[in-house]
Amino acid sequence: MDLDHLLPDLLSRTDDARALADLRATLARRAEAEGLLDVAYRTIDSPVGRLLLAATPEGLVRVAFETEDADRVLSELATQVSPRVLLAPARLDAVASELEEYFAGRRHAFEVPVDLRLARGFRRAVLERLTQVPYAGTVSYGELAARAGSPRAVRAVGTACALNPVPLVVPCHRVVRSDGAPGRYRGGPDVKRRLLAMEAAA
Amino acid sequence: MSLPPFERVVTEHAGVVLRVCRALLPDHDAQDAAAETFLSALRAYPRLRPDSDVRAWLVTIAHRKALDVLRARARSVPVADVPERPGGHLPDGAAVRDDDLWDAVRALPDKQRLAVAYRYVADLAYADVAAAMGTSEAAARRNAADGVKALRRRYPAPDGATGTATTPEERV
Repeated sequence: MDLDHLLPDLLSRTDDARALADLRATLARRAEAEGLLDVAYRTIDSPVGRLLLAATPEGLVRVAFETEDADRVLSELATQVSPRVLLAPARLDAVASELEEYFAGRRHAFEVPVDLRLARGFRRAVLERLTQVPYAGTVSYGELAARAGSPRAVRAVGTACALNPVPLVVPCHRVVRSDGAPGRYRGGPDVKRRLLAMEAAA
Repeated sequence: MSLPPFERVVTEHAGVVLRVCRALLPDHDAQDAAAETFLSALRAYPRLRPDSDVRAWLVTIAHRKALDVLRARARSVPVADVPERPGGHLPDGAAVRDDDLWDAVRALPDKQRLAVAYRYVADLAYADVAAAMGTSEAAARRNAADGVKALRRRYPAPDGATGTATTPEERV
């Protein structure tokens, strides 16, 4: 028997899925308890496709649409927030159920804490104003610029909305062009139109 | 160059870390040691150099965690109660079973067991085996070779086993 060849074969065959799942669960729980879980994430299915949700201990830090490459989104979080990024669903439970209620038409405002650290300066000011635009309401880029204190910064408002790290929860889909066209959206213009139609019908 | 999300480290290396811990410890302790290994790694991760050999790093941590568990057990179990180690009594001609092999690996003397685990279970190069064990590369080679020799003695090949040995092409 050629044990030199047989050994690695035998020893590498014994992965079992349950041991791996247990390891992940223990790691996520202990990391959270010991303050090492800088970024927790999970994915959920929604009417606008699969969503990736990520949260720091302060709150929801990123919502990404299926059209954004999940690997790239996680790499950006590792670079911009912390490399301590783990698949750890528990921290996202509240966000997941609020989103489910939102898509079912039963929730008109989000209550989960939001961490806007990925948007700085003026972009952040725009997003903070945006949270005041009510369900089923819309605002133009120009109006929002005025509300954020810089009426001439219409393009910058457009950029702030297009780069909103937490779409849906900070409702940048409610910002439309003054001619009534929906305008750019991180999840694509079709998703933006669907969200506006859904809210108008609710 | 920046560090990938830790999740990728878990996905890529959880299997190896679990197997290394299992080669060194009984199953229940192995599971705990693997979790401790990743927790420890997660704590230190932001300071890891992005070009590091992550698997070798994790195996070194797993080595320390496993020794912690063994030391803690040595303190808590009176020597007289330590059961005889298994080994050398596998039935002749028995089908090669994974569990038997794990038992045989765990029954090796410490240095041989570690060297076999790191070389064959974690698939580390001898330089990394040596680093994980804190020995010279020559000593690591010798320990692995002695371990394999001992396994071969305790674990006699069943008739026809040579015929089932896989060729390198089949071991993808």
